[in-house]
Amino acid sequence: MSERKATVASSSGLHARPASLFAAAAGEVGVEVTIAMDGAPAEDAMDASSILSLMTLGAEHGSVVVLRAEGDGADAALDKLAAMLETDLDAV
Amino acid sequence: MQSFPGVGVSPGRITGTIKQMPRPLAEPPAGEKLAAGTDAATATAALQTASKAVQAELQARAATARADAKAVLEATALMAVDPMLIKSAVKLVNAGTSAERAVWEAAEAVAAMLVNLGGYMAERATDVLDVRARIVASLRGVPAPGIPSSDQPFILVAEDLAPADTATLDPEKVTALLTAGGGPQSHTAIIARSLGLPAVVAAVGIDQLPDGTEVYVDGAAGTITTQPGEAERAAAAAWAANSSLLSVFDGNGTTADGHLVPLLANVGGAADAVKAAAAGAQGVGLLRTEFCFLERDTEPSREEQVAAYRGVFDAFPGKKVVLRTLDAGADKPLPFLTDATEPNPALGVRGYRTDTSSPGVLERQLAAVAEAAGGSEADVWVMAPMISTPAEAADFAAMCTAAGLKVPGVMVEVPSAAVTSESILREVAFASLGTNDLTQYTMAADRQLGPLAALNNPWQPAVLQLVRLTVAGALAEGSGKPVGVCGEAAADPALAVVLVGLGVSTLSMTARSLAAVGAVLATVTLKEAQEIATLALSANSPAQAKDWAREKLPILAKLGL
Repeated sequence: MSERKATVASSSGLHARPASLFAAAAGEVGVEVTIAMDGAPAEDAMDASSILSLMTLGAEHGSVVVLRAEGDGADAALDKLAAMLETDLDAV
Repeated sequence: MQSFPGVGVSPGRITGTIKQMPRPLAEPPAGEKLAAGTDAATATAALQTASKAVQAELQARAATARADAKAVLEATALMAVDPMLIKSAVKLVNAGTSAERAVWEAAEAVAAMLVNLGGYMAERATDVLDVRARIVASLRGVPAPGIPSSDQPFILVAEDLAPADTATLDPEKVTALLTAGGGPQSHTAIIARSLGLPAVVAAVGIDQLPDGTEVYVDGAAGTITTQPGEAERAAAAAWAANSSLLSVFDGNGTTADGHLVPLLANVGGAADAVKAAAAGAQGVGLLRTEFCFLERDTEPSREEQVAAYRGVFDAFPGKKVVLRTLDAGADKPLPFLTDATEPNPALGVRGYRTDTSSPGVLERQLAAVAEAAGGSEADVWVMAPMISTPAEAADFAAMCTAAGLKVPGVMVEVPSAAVTSESILREVAFASLGTNDLTQYTMAADRQLGPLAALNNPWQPAVLQLVRLTVAGALAEGSGKPVGVCGEAAADPALAVVLVGLGVSTLSMTARSLAAVGAVLATVTLKEAQEIATLALSANSPAQAKDWAREKLPILAKLGL
């Protein structure tokens, strides 16, 4: 199991357009990626490719979240998605 | 050739093909099981096919949508195939629930979760429910609910339209509105006038015509006919040529003999106000502040309110802006103010009356208005909706004074206020007739009900009598306090002349109607308007009042109004 922590950079948090862009990207990396707030138990992590999960996660600008994935390509996928979270997607 | 007589609510003559608005989707019955002979795997496959089809349709719509709508449609398209939603629906299918019921319940749970989060997330719950309806429609093989999408312009036919439909109604595609239900003051009528679309309501049977039927619509006469011929096509062409002349208002409302009648706009926010100012409005006669409260679970903050009001004030520097305080209740419920379980909400705790059940909201709104007015150059007047007695008027005036607002007024919508306008105007500085509600209360006819459309007509002589009484009370009061009209009646050019003849001093309407009302008013003298008003008052029916007034106004036929 690989893990990355990332700080949400989008000014509106992980809602609206940033959530759409991130969910779409998470659906395309080829491995199942989960997302949870930093400090929350791993079994409560949610599917990162689900826009509805992202919206109910309640991650605001500046929140720290944990991404997890397993298997081939997990590290590359997590690097890509963590970098995306640390970009202000509202400004894209 | 078939004819469908209805009530014309927004002028315009046009031919086109119709599309029916699909009926609202029925909920799959609770406990609905997989049909005999369908296994869970087949149902799951059908569900996935439907969810992908909905995603594809929403993506296609996003591709052609305007920027603001595009982002919402893209997010909604993703929701249609959302793993969390589909997984929980599949779980229910595996336990034996039908695919339709499974997605219904799964989406219900997600929507409830979003509602609990409040704010922006709560607003997105509507999108989840929209996606759910689309998936269920696709599973059933019926058209998705909502305004149909089309590459070609079409005439929209519906039972009636709700305020929420306005958001998705594209005036580039929809060329006219026809409804089987609804009355002259229904939301369909208000939407049509604000978009400048010809519209006929209460046209019984129109919702039975098949999609693609070609019809001719005359939104002034209130007629719809199938198989239009040469005469109808010529009339539509003449309207198209004429209507551009009716799109410019010079910003100077007056009768032929120079009696000034300022023509103001009804607006719901800053964007409306900017458009109204560009259309020549001489001020705002009705700022509907509930639009910044609607679809909210909690009261907007003072900062939000100040910004919303100032946006409108800034569009009219040096001009009058009449702000109506929060008018919640009846057809405009608000979770934090109104009680949805009232058996008779039109006669319930609504408008100014919510100040007794939820004290503080109005006081905070007035403080926000005063702050916004303080930083602007507009001449800000404030009025309360649903005032029934002089005591309520006095209380409202005292609240305005306490907030530092100098010009308090009242809406006259309840017949008791019209009858006692002299006493009421001793307490406040002005009155504004809200003809939509005044009509429904005078005639005891719910404005949303199609079968009551004939009663619910502002041309009813009883309603005109109450307008006359309100003006008479203002004269008797003695200090020349103005009585305006800010209901839909002011947007009807013939009725506008009658109102001026009855002594109304300003008319406020949707900005689209300013040019037509201004053009017709400029053809009559004040004395002629008074004569036409006397005629209308003496009529036996709204149809007779309207016919008599129109006979004296040949300009209407000439302009196709």
